[in-house]
Amino acid sequence: MAAMTPTAREAAPEHGKEPSPPAPPATPVRPRPRVWRGVVLGLGGAYFLIPLIASFVFTVHTPGQGISFEAYTALLAADGFTESLLLSLGLAAATIALALLLAVPALVAVRIGAPRLRPVVEVMCMLPLVVPPIALVTGISTVLRWGPDHLSRTPLYQTFLAVQNESFPFVLVLAYTVMALPFVYRSLDAGLRAVDVPTLVEAARNCGANWPYVMFRVILPNLRSSLAGAAFLTLALVLGEFTIASLLGFQPFAVWIVSISGAHARMSVAVSLLSLVITWLLLLVLSRAGTAPTGTPGTPRSARTSRTSPKES
Amino acid sequence: MSSASPTPTEGTAPTEGTAPAEGTAPAEGTAPAEGTAPAEGTAPAEGTAPAAGVTPAAGTVPAGETAGGTRRRRRGPRTWLAALPLVAFTGLCFGLPLGALLYGAVTRTDPGTGATALTGEHLSRSLQGPYLGSLLGSVQLSALTALIASVLGVLIAQAVVTSRSQALRNAVLTASGVLANFGGVPLAFAFIATVGISGVVTQLADLSSLGWNLYSFTGLAVVYLYFLIPLMVLVILPALDGLRPQWREAAQNAGAGGWQYWRHVGIPVLAPSLLGGFVLLFGSAFAAHATAAALVGGSVPLVTLKIADALSGNVLVGQENVALALGLDMILIAGLVMAVHLPLQRRSARWLR
Repeated sequence: MAAMTPTAREAAPEHGKEPSPPAPPATPVRPRPRVWRGVVLGLGGAYFLIPLIASFVFTVHTPGQGISFEAYTALLAADGFTESLLLSLGLAAATIALALLLAVPALVAVRIGAPRLRPVVEVMCMLPLVVPPIALVTGISTVLRWGPDHLSRTPLYQTFLAVQNESFPFVLVLAYTVMALPFVYRSLDAGLRAVDVPTLVEAARNCGANWPYVMFRVILPNLRSSLAGAAFLTLALVLGEFTIASLLGFQPFAVWIVSISGAHARMSVAVSLLSLVITWLLLLVLSRAGTAPTGTPGTPRSARTSRTSPKES
Repeated sequence: MSSASPTPTEGTAPTEGTAPAEGTAPAEGTAPAEGTAPAEGTAPAEGTAPAAGVTPAAGTVPAGETAGGTRRRRRGPRTWLAALPLVAFTGLCFGLPLGALLYGAVTRTDPGTGATALTGEHLSRSLQGPYLGSLLGSVQLSALTALIASVLGVLIAQAVVTSRSQALRNAVLTASGVLANFGGVPLAFAFIATVGISGVVTQLADLSSLGWNLYSFTGLAVVYLYFLIPLMVLVILPALDGLRPQWREAAQNAGAGGWQYWRHVGIPVLAPSLLGGFVLLFGSAFAAHATAAALVGGSVPLVTLKIADALSGNVLVGQENVALALGLDMILIAGLVMAVHLPLQRRSARWLR
């Protein structure tokens, strides 16, 4: 995707002012359509801000009772809040680790030694985009049903039980990793494109560096911002994921929000707002991390423009 | 061109000096294995490789060469190995469920005898009655919201681009990045608190008397726009940046009015991005489930809700396979969407340099 280069816009205003042949522009000079712009941005801003403001009002103001912050203060003591949040964070950490462990070596290998693998890896990482989460979960639950049906006498059956452990359902990590692969791939690919990997590796090897050193001290530091981007997108995906978890019968954060919405409407809205604020903060931290000096010119200013996100919606 | 830098090292003294094990002859001998045989060894051809756009291949050639013939042969399989875990994982965790879905959608197991036979009945049933209704409902909702969001997203992005304010631009981009992630369950609750039955805005503006109902097709469309518009802004903003002001000036100098400029220059250049964005939005809305599940829970016929119902066991016995068939229908539609989107994305990238 495009890195946002403002060159064209900067060069623009002066361009037309060159001594041009005296052909007056066909249209009379119109005033800039400021009104139009203001209306569009105003309406857009209203549409996006009103739900957020109204949600906040909803959580703190009860008609006829005045203002109280109970929805927020009661959160920590709420039944299942900490468990589900910790579960979601644990799943997110495991998913990020697994996705990066799988994708980084494969992508670097494609860059330095096996260009013919490139289309294979790309297709493998991008295919999950074609499968909606709900379709993936129908497939997964079908496979999980084989356990009791066909494999109950084989050692595999224990594995089937283990991945569905209530306290840490590893099957969710596997499913989320599949769903996160396209975004991880895009982020890393954009980062790798900005770095001349073969030359770097060559230089490091010629200086006598061994392979682990090349990987951890040469390649990964150059990918810092794209690694952070990949991690952020995966975290956002896992924290908000509802479909797969609820249909497989587990209760991470998003499923918990829905489960309390009947009894504690205010609290569910408060948690929803908090999750938005957390996402916002993460993104800000990331944009800081993405612009940290890494010592190499040409470090990608992160593929933020291509951050078409993994939404669970 | 990143490959320009390694090119000079190709077969020249410094490289040979640093790699004592290097003999040019064996290295040349391994060249055919690189798959870029004709470009090897002959300097002029090597010079054309970057121009031909074979950046990765051209870039890897020297790396292979410097490693020397013998070491190259040892490293070849190891590079393969690095990609192996990914291939194995995708096969197991993605291929297997997909295979199970496909198999369940086109076969029928007789409960009495346990015999399995190919059948098209699940697929045909998934295209009839309420199932067809839910598919059509999903397609309608996705198409409508994607269309509206595309138009509004372009308007907002154009307003940001023409305002030339860096602060506004950063604010909109950051907000879009966050809001495009703000899907799913939290979004549903934010809207329930705003324009739900006892929502704040509903009470203030007395929307109920106007016939407003959040838990309906229209209500769902309004909610979907909340994450679709930011997505469109993210997709289309770089494309609008690619409209060079020089083109507009050239059109004006040639006597074109604003409308003619858009009709003959702007829209044709933007068309791939616009269509690609629309298709991407359609795919996002089509696959969305959590928002609808938390919001309407089944009062609006959507295919994702139907599948979830079937998986939770709210269907007649023997109809689980219809859920699989519906899943297959969804994959086919989403696959079609992607097949349109990716080539368009490549095309629009031409203008985004």
